[in-house]
Amino acid sequence: MSLVAGVVLGAISIQWVAFLVLAVVAIAAALVVVLHRSPVVGAMGLVTNFLCIAGIYVLLNAYFFAALQVIIYAGAVVVLITFVIMLLNLQPEAKGGPGVVPVALAALLGLALIAVVGRPLLEYAAPEAGPPAPDFGTVAQVGEALFTVYFYPFLAVSLALLSAMVGAVLLAKRRLED
Amino acid sequence: MVGDPGPYLLLAAVLFVIGAFGVISRRGAITILMSIELMLNSANLALIAVSRFLPGDGGAGVPDGQVIGFLVLAIAAAEVAVGLAIVIAMFRLRESVDVDLARLLRW
Repeated sequence: MSLVAGVVLGAISIQWVAFLVLAVVAIAAALVVVLHRSPVVGAMGLVTNFLCIAGIYVLLNAYFFAALQVIIYAGAVVVLITFVIMLLNLQPEAKGGPGVVPVALAALLGLALIAVVGRPLLEYAAPEAGPPAPDFGTVAQVGEALFTVYFYPFLAVSLALLSAMVGAVLLAKRRLED
Repeated sequence: MVGDPGPYLLLAAVLFVIGAFGVISRRGAITILMSIELMLNSANLALIAVSRFLPGDGGAGVPDGQVIGFLVLAIAAAEVAVGLAIVIAMFRLRESVDVDLARLLRW
């Protein structure tokens, strides 16, 4: 059932309402991040957005990933960003910027992209997916795939994390020359 | 139940565009980093939505999208660590995080 047909036919379940509420709050929070001049308010918008996305993961039966989202994104990443904002004692961004024309052009291109991507998504009637498998979204299922099929990407990403850690320490320690 | 990935993918597209707009239109380095996080997060949302609705063993859903999302999560954490280190180094040099002032590698 496509999006429009679902709404028109009145087949609105509680999950639909939850999805719409979470989606609206997530979009509003994302707009706060990109439009508000104070970085602290932006970080609060970011954590709201991440929590809403975690709620949508629960609607998608991806319970393990929802927990990861709350712990890593809404926890670690936003705390790190807020910590740096406080450490640097950042003031709200000065007015000005790239100017009206580039910003308007960027907004126009973004709306065009949403229109191009969104139309086929709204028109395409996907076959109704059945209920999820009983172990879908559990730690066991994701972990099994992670350590069998995706073992080498897992190794690569752990090396990337290690190199990022070393790089971050070096960058923050050394004073850059002009 | 929302039976197909369409609405989720549309939400992911909207969030991605908002993040990209933030990267283009803002000058504060921290805000740009937060916008990049929004974009990575929307990519994750698309991956999870598709993984839920693909046919798999014993019902709908395959774990592959969640595993790839996990990898994206790790890379996003690495990216924000390095990015914030660069922001701190830049702030020590210029007393500002305005990316328009970071023109060392520009002509």
